[in-house]
Amino acid sequence: MSKLAPTPGQTVGPFYGYALPFNKDNELLAPGSPGSIRLQGTVYDGAGNTIPDAILEIWQPDSNGNIVQRAGSLVRDGYTFTGWGRAAVGNSGMYTFTTVNPGPVKPGAAAFISVAVFARGLMNRLFTRVYLPENEEALANDPLLSSLDSERRKTLIARRDPDGGLTWDIRLQGGDETVFLDFQQDGSLDLVTDQS
Amino acid sequence: MPQDHTAQVTATEALESEELVPPAEPHAAHETKDVETQADLSAEIKAIGARYAEALKNGKAPETMPRLDYAPYRSSILRHPTKSLHHADPETIELYSPAFGHQDVHALESDLTIQHNGEPQGERIIVSGRVLDGDGRPVAGQLVEIWQANASGRYIHKRDQHPAPLDPNFTGVGRCITGSDGSYSFTTIKPGAYPWKNHLNAWRPAHIHFSMFGSEFTQRIVTQMYFPGDQLFPLDPIYQSIVDQDARDRLVAQYDHELTSPEWALGYKWDIILTGSKRTWTENEAYGDAGDEE
Ligand SMILES: [Fe+2]
Repeated sequence: MSKLAPTPGQTVGPFYGYALPFNKDNELLAPGSPGSIRLQGTVYDGAGNTIPDAILEIWQPDSNGNIVQRAGSLVRDGYTFTGWGRAAVGNSGMYTFTTVNPGPVKPGAAAFISVAVFARGLMNRLFTRVYLPENEEALANDPLLSSLDSERRKTLIARRDPDGGLTWDIRLQGGDETVFLDFQQDGSLDLVTDQS
Repeated sequence: MPQDHTAQVTATEALESEELVPPAEPHAAHETKDVETQADLSAEIKAIGARYAEALKNGKAPETMPRLDYAPYRSSILRHPTKSLHHADPETIELYSPAFGHQDVHALESDLTIQHNGEPQGERIIVSGRVLDGDGRPVAGQLVEIWQANASGRYIHKRDQHPAPLDPNFTGVGRCITGSDGSYSFTTIKPGAYPWKNHLNAWRPAHIHFSMFGSEFTQRIVTQMYFPGDQLFPLDPIYQSIVDQDARDRLVAQYDHELTSPEWALGYKWDIILTGSKRTWTENEAYGDAGDEE
């Protein structure tokens, strides 16, 4: 239990585009370099329309499952894998990262990438995860995935593309809405609706 | 010049872009037959506030975050999850944060008044404070990013259609890395209020956008800092999306005469408290030092 009340979040608004993006922000390593893959997808709203003003961040272990603690994300030297990247979606609602397949952090664990979602009209950032599709036994044993019904579970698992990349869409609202996560334990945070 | 050290766009680049972009707030009032007025919106805001006050009286725990479902901000209507956020215990990567260091951010990026050849227009201010976690531990060596409108309420962003003057000497973007005590400091210009088309005559209170990292990725926050005594607070659906008054107050900086620099700039103090840490900390584990490799 934390002692101090947290500062509330606020929407990223419409005008982050000249501030948050930076050169090679979505290239955790150089496209085409050994081991690199593309992670791509589209962000949708509750009407099924693409959202052109969202910005995503990913944070992941390296391909061996090591959690990297190295600076250099903002000024990339082309060699250091820092594990963190940022991608503003384009006008079509699509995002792209160049990264590596994350390794399992513990033996037998399901490998996933942590994702933070920001958008105009989204009052506070949302957290979610995108899992690699391959290791079915690990996915079946994953504590988060096994706490979800099969329809909702699907929203967190990427599709493997023929070129080795990953495709994963984000739906902020609707029947097939992406599972978003609440990491706080006291239940008073991140209330979604006017329940009173 | 300092701007050579940053990836920031210049005013000219932003304006000359040929890219077709939608207006900043496409849900403009003219889309509906009946123009929505501030009175309509204020009534909605008040009604939600009254229901919350009633719930508090009946013993509900105070809310600390904005409502994700807050219809007075019209663009949120199709952009909020309708299912409850799924409780998860943060694991592995989520219990760490990316590391940033002084190689990522040039020291001059924290002064938004020296990024061009001349002095920007407006009231020069210093905004300083500390980034702390829920247990009061300083978050050292972490990235803080800010962006804001200029003194007349205009962003350099190409989507900003407010017909207020741009300032060739002000971009409105800054960065810094927190000190060992979690401290940050920016020198900038007090931003102006601006209209935003959520409804007829909608104006945002003056604010600076802040982006911060904690020591764990689950503490990631993007928010807005406001200035004390703004008359637009009760009218603004974004500020009011935090329905709890104490929680809203946490976004308002305090004027601090100790921070004010004589013959130079007014000082504002604003501390940021991140959500609680979930990692089990060992006694000798320092916060954030890994980010500082220099
Ligand atoms: Fe703004």
